[in-house]
Order: sequence, then C-alpha cells, then structure tokens
Amino acid sequence: MTGVVVHGLTAGYGSEAVLHDLDLTVPSGAISAVLGRSGSGKTTLLRILAGFVKPAAGTVQFGDRLVAGAGAGFPHCFVPPEKRRVGIVPQEGALFPHLSVSENVGFGLPRHSESRIGELLEMVGMGSYARARPHELSGGQQQRVALARALAPRPDVVLLDEPFSSLDLALRARLRSEVCGLLRSLGTTAVLVTHDQEEALSIADLVAVLRDGRIVQAGTPAALYTEPADLELARFLGEVAELPAVVRGGLATCSLGDVVVGSGEPRGLAFEGGDVVVVLRPEQLELSRPAGDGRQVGAGVVTQTAYYGHDAVVQVELADGTRIPVRTPGGVTSPPRPGEAVVVRATGVGRLYPR
Amino acid sequence: MIPSPDVLPLPASRLVGRPPRALLLAGAGTAIAAFIPLLYLLVRASGAGVQRVVDVLANRRTLETVGTSVALVIVVVGACLIIGVPTGWLLARAHLPFRALWVVGAALPLAVPSYVAAYAWLAQFPISGFWAAALILTLVSFPYVALPVTAALRSSDPALEEVARTLGRGPLRSFTETTLPQAWPAAAAGALLVALYVLSDFGAVALLRVDAFTRVIYTSYRASFDRVGATVLALVLVSLALLLVVAERRIRGRRHRWRVGAGTQRRAVAVNLRGLSMALAVAWLALLTGLALGVPLVSLLLRMLQGSRTPLDVGELASAAVNSFGVAAAGAVLAVALALPVANLSARYRTPMVRAIETVSYTGHALPGVVVGLSMVFLTLAVLPIAYQSVAALAFAYAVLFLPKAIGSIRSATAAVPPVLELTARTLGRGPLRAWAATTLRYTLPGIATGGLLVLLTAMKELPVTLMLRPTGLDTLATELWSRTDVAAYGSAAPYAFALIVLAAVPAWLVGRMVTNEFESEGVHP
Repeated sequence: MTGVVVHGLTAGYGSEAVLHDLDLTVPSGAISAVLGRSGSGKTTLLRILAGFVKPAAGTVQFGDRLVAGAGAGFPHCFVPPEKRRVGIVPQEGALFPHLSVSENVGFGLPRHSESRIGELLEMVGMGSYARARPHELSGGQQQRVALARALAPRPDVVLLDEPFSSLDLALRARLRSEVCGLLRSLGTTAVLVTHDQEEALSIADLVAVLRDGRIVQAGTPAALYTEPADLELARFLGEVAELPAVVRGGLATCSLGDVVVGSGEPRGLAFEGGDVVVVLRPEQLELSRPAGDGRQVGAGVVTQTAYYGHDAVVQVELADGTRIPVRTPGGVTSPPRPGEAVVVRATGVGRLYPR
Repeated sequence: MIPSPDVLPLPASRLVGRPPRALLLAGAGTAIAAFIPLLYLLVRASGAGVQRVVDVLANRRTLETVGTSVALVIVVVGACLIIGVPTGWLLARAHLPFRALWVVGAALPLAVPSYVAAYAWLAQFPISGFWAAALILTLVSFPYVALPVTAALRSSDPALEEVARTLGRGPLRSFTETTLPQAWPAAAAGALLVALYVLSDFGAVALLRVDAFTRVIYTSYRASFDRVGATVLALVLVSLALLLVVAERRIRGRRHRWRVGAGTQRRAVAVNLRGLSMALAVAWLALLTGLALGVPLVSLLLRMLQGSRTPLDVGELASAAVNSFGVAAAGAVLAVALALPVANLSARYRTPMVRAIETVSYTGHALPGVVVGLSMVFLTLAVLPIAYQSVAALAFAYAVLFLPKAIGSIRSATAAVPPVLELTARTLGRGPLRAWAATTLRYTLPGIATGGLLVLLTAMKELPVTLMLRPTGLDTLATELWSRTDVAAYGSAAPYAFALIVLAAVPAWLVGRMVTNEFESEGVHP
C-alpha cells in the first residue's frame, strides 16, 4: 500500500510558475480527486506525479520512496516514469492504434502473460474483445482497455487524467462508478484529475481543489460541499443561495430573517457586526404558501421551475430583488409554477463570507 | 504526381439519391476520354496477335528492361526510406537552429524536374548509368517520404509515448514501439509514390542512359521498326504502375485506423540535441540540402556565368517560354473542363456509377508520360492523321495525364460548399444549371483556378509527351533543354534549366503543402 506525499512542489519558474509551493497528501488505497478548472495546474500536477515533467522545487514521495526532489534544501532526485511503478489512463485512452486490445494490455507485462491479460480484460468487462483493434471500439470500451493496460503491471499509484470527459452523460456515470468500484476492490491508490465537480464529489474519498496553482482546500467531499473555504469555491461545488446579511450574536440577519450560522463557526465571531454574505445550499431552503397579506419575511415570487423527477429546483425572486434557488421534493408533488407567490425559509446552518 | 486526394475525409457535403442524368453523361464522357490512351494501346496489342505479344514478353531485352526498372525502383525507394525517415524525425521532433529553413530545404527538391537535376549534375561531373540515375532520382524524390513522415510524427499523440514510459519502456523504446509505427503508413504511402515516380520517370534515365522502361519505349518508338514491342512494353509498365497505385490507395484508405479518438491537441515535446549529436544532425541536413538543391543550382549558375560558345539567344528563350505556356494552358483549360463534371459528381454523390467514373478518370495517375505519348502518336496516325503532332493532341495528352490534379483540387473545393446553398437557389426559381452557377461554381472558383494552375505548371515542365507530340518546329523550354543536352551544349542549356526550376517551384510548393496538410489533418478528422 502506497500513499503519495507532495511537499513544497513548484513547477515552472518565476511569473511563469504553474504550481506554487504545493502540499498534498493522498492516502494509501484511497481514490483522490484533484479538481480544478482548465489552467489551474491540475494536469501539470498529474504529469509531475507520472514523471513526465520535472518539478522546479519540492518533493514527491510514493510511500517512503522519494521519486522526485529538486530545489534548494531538497534532495536532488528524479525517478523516470518507467521506474516509478505508476499507471496512467490518459484522456481518451491513448491506446496504441497499431496493437490489438490484448497487445495493448500486455504492453507493460512480460512475454507470455496471456492468462494475466485475459484476467484483466475480464475484470474490465472486455473479455470478448481481446483480438479487436482500438479503432473498432467505442469511447467507453477504449477507456476500459486503457484502465486494464494501466493496472496490468500492478502499479503502486494509478493516475487518471479526465478519463471520462469525452463520454456522453449516461455512459460517463456508469463507467465512473464501475471504475471506482474496481479500484476500491483492488485497493489501489488512485489520483483522478477532473474539472467536473460532480464527478469529484461523487467518487473520491478525498478532494483537493486547485486554483491558480495552489490548493484552495482539501478534504472529504462532504466537508468541501458543506464548508467551502471561500465563496468562489462554494459556487464551484454546487448551486448556492447568496444573501447579503449582518451578523449579530451568532445569527445572520438577511431577507429570509435570521439564519443560524453555527456556534462552532469561528468566522461568525470575526464577522460580528460586519456586512457579510450568508450562503445556503438550495436543499437548506424550504418553500411554503404565503399566509395573510404576503408581506411576511422571506416572501417572493417563483420565476422559473426545473423539474428533475426526484426533485425540482425553483428559482425565487425575493421582495428585495435577490434571486435564489430552492430545492423542493419531486415525485408526484407538483412544484410551484412561475408567477406563484411563495415564502422561503432557511432550514440549515449558513456559511458566512465577506461581502 | 501528387497523391490523389480522393480518399481525404470529406465534410458532410453529400446528396442522397441519383445524380442528374446530364451530369452523369458529362462525367462518363470525361472517364472515356481519360481511358482512351490506355484503351487504344490495348486495342493495338490485341491486334498484333497473341504470338507476337508473347514473343515480346519472353524477349531477353524485355526481361532485362523489367529487371533494370524494378532494380532502380527498389534502390531508390530503399534510399528514400533510409534518408526520409530519419530526416522526417529530425524535422518533426528535434530542436534545430533555422528549423523552418530545413523544412523548406526538404520540400524544394520536388521543384527540380528529374531531367533538370540530371542535366545539372552532368554539366559538372561525367556521370552516367544505373547508380547515377539512382542518385539523381533519390535526391529529387526523397521529399515524398520525408514530408509525410514529418507531418505524421508531428501530429502523433504524445500521450502514447508517455503511457509507454509508465509501462516500463525507456525514452528510445517508447518512441520506436509507439510513435514510429504511427509514421509507417505515411512512409509506406510515400515510398509507393516514389516507386511510381521512378517507374514513370523519363528524363533522368534517358539523360543518364539507363535502359529502363521509359527509355526503351521511347527509343524503340523513335527507331519505329518495333511498334508492337513498344506497345507491349508500355502495357507492362502500366500494369506495374497500376499495382503501385492500388497498393498506395489501400494504405491510404486504411490510415484512418491508425489514429484512435481525437487525442489531445498537444504537440510532442521536442528533443534537445547536444554537442556532437546536434552537429551531426545539422551536418546531415546540410549535406542533403546541398546535394539535392545546392549542386544543381550552383552547377547551373556556374554554367551560366561561364557562358558558352554560342551566346544566349534571348528571343529563342522567350519564344520557348511562350510556347511552353501556350500548349500547357490549352491542356489546363481542357483538363479543368473535363474535371468539372467528375469533381461535382464525386463531391456530391456516392453511387457505384459515380465511383466507377471517378476511378477511371484517375487513369492518368498511373500512366507514365511516355505511354500516353506513344498511344496518342499511334492513335492520331491511325484514326485522325490531321491531328498527328498537333497542339490539340498535345493538349489532350496533357489533360489526360494531369486530370487527377484538376479533379482533386476542384473536388475538395466543391465538397466544402454545402449543397443546401444550391438547393435553396433552386427553390428561389433558378434552374439546375443556373442554380449551380450562382452558388457552387462561385464558391469553387478558387479551387478551379488552383487546379488549372497546377495542371498548367506541371505541363510546362513535362518532357516525354511534349517530345513525342509537339508540332514540328514548336520548341518549348523542356524540349530546348533536351535537344541542347543531346548535343552536349551544356552551357547554352543552363538558362532553360533555370527557367524550368523557377516554374516548377510553384507546384512543388503547393504539393508540399498538400502532402503536409493532408497528413496533419489526420488528427482533426479521425
């Protein structure tokens, strides 16, 4: 079992730097996701882990094995990719087009490994395609073969570079869960690079968010979703209702009235008396029918309704003009229609960010 | 001889259903015209009787000719691969000083007609025979391998080599086991084009006195005592050329399999050569460019500066240039007229009939000039003596020979125009021909012009057909050069050679771009 420890990692030089003094610990046997927009440096990080790029400074360790170290104060070391015991599943698979499926899987194995190849192909559900050529396979099948090829030499770490992004939605979700199930059952340490927040949250044990070459936050998917480090990250990880507020005594007063911001929230104190934004997820809000004259706290009008079956997201324009999304139960309950008057109430604990 | 672009991936420009009858008839007319020279040779051969044909085939001289030509093809193709593949790698993957210059240097030898190169070497060195011809032909045709290999290596997905690294291969083996196989189809297709070029070449083997097919056919036609012999030899030559064309098509048709998915848009990381290896790389490219371009150009310049006993007759040069232009222009106009229906059919429809018309129209691609010349001489003498050695016969031969260039260029242009424009014009009250003229024709004019220009410039430097079919007394640049070298008046031939190189540089540049673009576009259209 091998974890990955990255310390003080810098890539590129001066103003051209792509990664800045980055620390990251990937637990052994877990699936970790590096989440970031394009240009955030996530691909560079993956390429450094694979050994395709030499870091300008910092160290990379696989378990207790140093595979890269550079810069002042660091041991000088660079293990080339072929000696790292690392497997990679590139974007769109990058199968060798001149080799058959089984030759692709056997590329990293000693000669006469037919039984191992067969076992790997069975494992990824491609047992009957051993003789096929890559161009005869669909995108999803190519990715399965690419995974089998990467796993064949039993690498310590498997790197996945946006492996599902070229697939259509339905296939993406299915292959994603299959691949994760497989990696978990093998207990392989895996690092997945993605720009898709839903993908990162749904499959990873640990998510590290990368922005401008720095890690903004790393933690479990739930921790990231419920306690994002800043407003930008909160927006990136899912839909948000943002409400201008003033904090008094652990309560944020906004157009929904007083919202609890959590006693364990140290920032609540820091923002005491200041102008802030209180952020709630759509599922932390609840709709009800207006009573009386409709001038109560949280009153608003529905502007748009998106019905998804299992639930629905209703956009509400509050009296002060703020628009917020509210998630309501789906199923047989019809969501309110545009134009309908509603009242929004906060049911969860809000997060505070400076305005 | 450019690779026929008919297997290029085309945008969704097809129409469903049958093509209009008039267009189909026009296309069939073109196909018949393109097939006439070959057909007539077949008629002549069958008229001679089986026994005569067998006699010629079993003749020792025939077998020697086949042996010489095949040996020449093998040697030149081998040399082009040995030179072209490493050169392609250097141009694609190494950090080189003045890289753009070396790329141009590797493309420009295509601009030197083989007989001009042979003349330029002859003017300085007393060379002749098989190995001299092999050297000259290698120097003018290695770009057919080097350019596609460069393009293939530049566009191959660098992720392949990276994956191979993670699977335990070092840098060198990662390259040889993953990227190099991607470049093989390009190299193989290029090698077959070289083979076709060598087989069809007349100028170099004639000047260097190698008894390859083309020279033997020409001399036995000139001696005019053995017309059956020339005909049979020509048919054997065409069969070999057809084999090469079919093989080349198959490789190119299969090439799409060699790329999976769109891949990433990343370029491979260039290799930093240091010290000795960099010196060797630059020395290699300098030597190659020096031999392929430097020697001919310097030789011509020296000859021009030295002057000759007979001073240059500017009037003669000008009139040769005008004549070259005139007959080539007639050929180009005819080629474009013949190409238009075929190009429109094949860009829009894919019925078996259209495929057949297109394939037959490409016959010229597999016909060496000597063969077309021979057939047209026989045909005009037998059927229409008034057309013998007329501009019309010459223009027709040019048109047949270079029709593939015109079709290719017009077809790509037509395929890029969405047919819905023409259909919309129809709904707005235009008849079929007026709708076509108002929409598709308008937008394809640049492609038509390019096709015509390509035929014009190629025809202007054509040698064997011009020698055999020109009206008596009509001298072109190519025939002037030929007759002057025939009497070893090397000095007075230099200005003609120079003019021909300048003319040829234009289509060579276009061809270089086409070869490069075609292979690079593989990545865009999987």
